[in-house]
Amino acid sequence: MAALRLDLSVALRTFRLRLALEAERETVAIVGPSGAGKSTVLRAVAGLVKAAGTVEVNGRDWSSLAPERRSVGFVFQDYALFPHLSVRGNVAFGGPPGDVLERLGIEHLAHARPRELSGGERQRVALARALARRPEVLLLDEPLAALDPHTRDTVRVELRATLRELGLPTLVVTHDFVDAAALAERVGVLVDGRMVQMGRADELIASPATPFVARFAGGNVLHGRARRLGTLTSVELSDRTVVTSTDAAQGDVAAIVYPWEVTLARTPPTDSAQNHVRAVVSSVVPVANRVRVTVGTVTAEVTAESARRLQIKEGEVLVATWKATATRLVAL
Amino acid sequence: MRAAFAVIAALALAFLALPVVAIFLRVSPATLVRELGDPVARDALVVSLRTSALAQLLVVVLGTPTAYLLATRRFRGRSMALTLVELPLVLPPAVAGIGLLAAFGRSGLLSTSLAFTQSAVVLAVAFVAAPFYVRTAVAAFEGVDAALVDAARTLGARPWRVFARIALPLAASGLGAGLALSFARGLGEFGATIMFAGSLQRVTQTLPLAIYAEFAQSFDVALAIGALLVAFSFTLLLAVKWLRSDWISPSRFAPSVSG
Repeated sequence: MAALRLDLSVALRTFRLRLALEAERETVAIVGPSGAGKSTVLRAVAGLVKAAGTVEVNGRDWSSLAPERRSVGFVFQDYALFPHLSVRGNVAFGGPPGDVLERLGIEHLAHARPRELSGGERQRVALARALARRPEVLLLDEPLAALDPHTRDTVRVELRATLRELGLPTLVVTHDFVDAAALAERVGVLVDGRMVQMGRADELIASPATPFVARFAGGNVLHGRARRLGTLTSVELSDRTVVTSTDAAQGDVAAIVYPWEVTLARTPPTDSAQNHVRAVVSSVVPVANRVRVTVGTVTAEVTAESARRLQIKEGEVLVATWKATATRLVAL
Repeated sequence: MRAAFAVIAALALAFLALPVVAIFLRVSPATLVRELGDPVARDALVVSLRTSALAQLLVVVLGTPTAYLLATRRFRGRSMALTLVELPLVLPPAVAGIGLLAAFGRSGLLSTSLAFTQSAVVLAVAFVAAPFYVRTAVAAFEGVDAALVDAARTLGARPWRVFARIALPLAASGLGAGLALSFARGLGEFGATIMFAGSLQRVTQTLPLAIYAEFAQSFDVALAIGALLVAFSFTLLLAVKWLRSDWISPSRFAPSVSG
């Protein structure tokens, strides 16, 4: 018996959300583009939208229960803190706060109003309020989306630790693959109301079921036609470039290569790598201690140190290189 | 063009201000205060305050749940109900008065003995003033963030607790503004009252009815009552402005953008 078992069917504006999901005492992330029905999954579990099907928690059927009778801890996207109540008032609304303020390090804010708090503090108050309810299931809707990038990194680490410690069946909705990979044991990709793939983040990266999953996981997706050449497959891309892969495929494919597997050079290197794309650098974007460099249709991620050494600038011609073993093929 | 518009605007504003100014310029403030001591004025003040207080109590007690329902539920006949709420706004007061008589008069639909009693004043005032409260209250409840209601429910709050702990406090300043508007409208009520309740001193003669009764006998008393009503109205208008700004401006409750 799974701690949380869902088999839902909800009519949305242009499609129907159909989702079957089982979760133990673990965190499952639901990722996908906006409008895919991610938040609806959480609202259906909480009873805030009418849904056909089953919501079963620890063996109990919740389908016919009103929201207030379901034992969920819901952290809303913009936190939905009650503006007229203090932090303590917010947390105590759902149940006795106990030591939850101390546990989340917000006891010094007990008398503050939500509007006086920073984004990170609000996030902790929202979580504390959800936990004071002593829920059987935790539902987090974009818990990090309202935060600036710096706060986000800190809160992500805190939240991950808190979720591990709680050991509740938890669903996290996010549109960010990095957040999903950091917070959850398993990641499900929801597109147009369907779960296209569910697995550990590294599994999704290693063998994406669709080009969408690959792109979501941060991969370059290159469309082309595959032909078997002995033990290898050669893929002719739409711009006539030919890339080589060790995956077997025939016909229309998406060739997927992740930015961290692409190296950059001024001249084609003479090494074991089979794939070289020579093109103009169209963008150079620093991300933390790395730099994302787009060369033609391929984005590479290199260390800031390497970018400095190569003196990468927009408009220059560089060679992007990756191995045939780093080229995953998904049949279309 | 700007100059011409400025002149027209100045004329319009002067036209609106002149009658009010005239009340205070016609006789000295000392006379105004002295004339308010007149028994007719004093009795009318007592009747007005009593009936207004009861009428507004009625409006709030019946109007608040109605407004909450109209703001939060979608049901068949909802727009019909909203239109009905606004009907007294467009109804001529004399029609309201005759209608109340036809409904509650001795030979009316419900044949009660309410007509020409102080209760009739309460009913007439409540009838014409209620839309001002209910309309504003519907808007105030609609303005309560739906996510907060959802949050309260997931935290175990039954609908009654959601209403009392979330919707009511967050709509409070809007409800206050609606009440002030309703109070102002009710204090000035004339047409429906005189038809349904008459103008009997100490019983049904409210301040506006006393102005009408006095202006032939003692213009100064009528002016003094007028000045008093201006003061009331102005205070209520300021209250509405203050409550509205509080309610509409996001400054009080909106989250700041700091990280």
